[in-house]
Amino acid sequence: PPVLADTLGLGRPATEAEIKAWDLDVRPDGRGLPPGSGSVADGEELFVDYCSVCHGVFAEGVDNWPELAGGDDTLADEDPVKTVGSYWPYLSTAWDYVHRSMPYGNAQSLTHDEVYAIVAYILYSNFLVEDDFVLSHENFLEVEMPNADGFIVDDRAETEYPVFSTAPCMTDCKDSVEITMRARVLDVTPEDDSAAAPAPEPEVTQAAAPAGPDP
Amino acid sequence: MSTSNPSDPGRRGFLKGAAAVTAGAATAGAARAADDPLITEVQPWAQSFGDGVDATPYGMPIEYESDVVRRNVEWLTADTISSINFTPIHALDGTITPQGCAFERHHSGAIDLPKEDYRLMINGLVDTPLVFTYADLERFPRENHVYFCECAANTGMEWAGAQLNGAQFTHGMIHNMEYSGIPLRTLLNEAGLDAAGDLADKWVFVEGADASSNGRSIPMVKALDDVLVAFKANGEALRKEHGYPVRLVVPGWEGNMWVKWLRRVEVMDGPVESREETSKYTDVLEDGTARKWTWEMDAKSVVTSPSPQAPITHGKGPLVITGLAWSGRGSITRVDVSLDGGKNWQEARLAAPGTDKALTRFYLDHDWQGEEMLLQSRAHDSTGYVQPTKNQLREMRGLNSIYHNNGIQTWWVRETGEAENVEVS
Repeated sequence: PPVLADTLGLGRPATEAEIKAWDLDVRPDGRGLPPGSGSVADGEELFVDYCSVCHGVFAEGVDNWPELAGGDDTLADEDPVKTVGSYWPYLSTAWDYVHRSMPYGNAQSLTHDEVYAIVAYILYSNFLVEDDFVLSHENFLEVEMPNADGFIVDDRAETEYPVFSTAPCMTDCKDSVEITMRARVLDVTPEDDSAAAPAPEPEVTQAAAPAGPDP
Repeated sequence: MSTSNPSDPGRRGFLKGAAAVTAGAATAGAARAADDPLITEVQPWAQSFGDGVDATPYGMPIEYESDVVRRNVEWLTADTISSINFTPIHALDGTITPQGCAFERHHSGAIDLPKEDYRLMINGLVDTPLVFTYADLERFPRENHVYFCECAANTGMEWAGAQLNGAQFTHGMIHNMEYSGIPLRTLLNEAGLDAAGDLADKWVFVEGADASSNGRSIPMVKALDDVLVAFKANGEALRKEHGYPVRLVVPGWEGNMWVKWLRRVEVMDGPVESREETSKYTDVLEDGTARKWTWEMDAKSVVTSPSPQAPITHGKGPLVITGLAWSGRGSITRVDVSLDGGKNWQEARLAAPGTDKALTRFYLDHDWQGEEMLLQSRAHDSTGYVQPTKNQLREMRGLNSIYHNNGIQTWWVRETGEAENVEVS
């Protein structure tokens, strides 16, 4: 679509300070990183103070809160454990996200050096750096993320759309139909006061465990 | 006078009893109807006053509809702040979702952002980085469009099998509204895109004013096409929980990208690869690799009634089977319905022709004789794509994609009229 030729003269120029205050994103190539540094040791202290109540002292996660470490080589397992170490492709994302949105409930309260230190500690928790490591804007790109090559761009147009774009069967499409799974067997749906009838006895067994979307 | 109070429990109990008598008479078919006191006796609402026009400056649904509400599922997430709730699609009809029960998904809660505190920044590879106030935005030429917003995780709990028992829970991370707003391209043009050079390989990064920021990268091609910066939905201001005062509308694309409380749009020479497009909203395949940038929501449908929360209570005879269909890649052209778990299909009736990237209502008028049914619906869109079965999707992706489950849903309707979420061979 064409871009409009005319402008309306609405809005006003953003100042440098305004842009600096809001434009915080950090790119995979390190663009956007402010100068600074932080050690694993400092990070451990900060992590215990600000992060461990939800993420665990070793970044292993508490209750239903996200695990930040562990899960190496589990992505093809029945239950993949997707952490910064096992799954995240870029370290820039960890720095950017911690800086902008953590700690949960008190975001944007960490200094740049504190963010470097916490990210260094998360790397250490994932056995990706030694305990004397110091992360800085200068060595940021030297850290190798294990799953950096683990992602492909959406390929549904090649792999799925042709398969799913043929005229479907309308009559006598299969010989028999059997019920293979029943939600009532799991019984994890919230109660509804207006529910019409009691659940009948389960007739089919199934092993699937409840699993929700990641928080 | 207590009999004139419609909420009087005694009177409501009487009404329920009367309804049961009426239903019994209907079941008896040709039997002569007994005199119905709701007709033969003067009712209080036919005699005295209702509420004055000053009683309700802004109304809520009548109390008898109190079950038509958003529901949450406690065990899904660690807390209710970064969480999801569900639209009661089993109880709605037509296509427009009432805003008050349209689902919510926040990552750091629904924030309170007054219009006078609102600022929108356009920066990056533009000729002049700009700041707009809310009042500025109201002066740009406006458009109106109806689109669905479907969470990428809608139906995500069903990848491993039938789990939640109700269309609200399996398919209710969706709403469909009429948006009024400004094409994003208008605002980008106001800042000037000459500095960006060739636009074909450019991106915009969009983020919200909330603590989570929810930053996402969008290719410039989409940004210049149909993305809206919206401030009205279904005729009125956005609800707080839907991004008041300004949200992004990204037609056909996963709900995560519909950034709420939109505060900044940055023109860039590549994607940011933010948390919400690396850690989240990437789809793990069976071999452990993951798809990224799975933006479009594929064609999908669900029978909303009968369904587990909307059982058949009226006995044999005429039955309205109805549901919703939608596609992020175009319009719905046809919906097939099966009563026997996919052995045989018949074309349903679309309430109105499908429109681009919006919900479409379908109906199949059926003469139910109390037989068990395995109800399914199958959407077709304007690209020729036909909604696949869950097993077809699993063959392609395995069980751990979390997102983008558009597989065909089955409801097992029993002789009693109850319905259950099941999977079939």
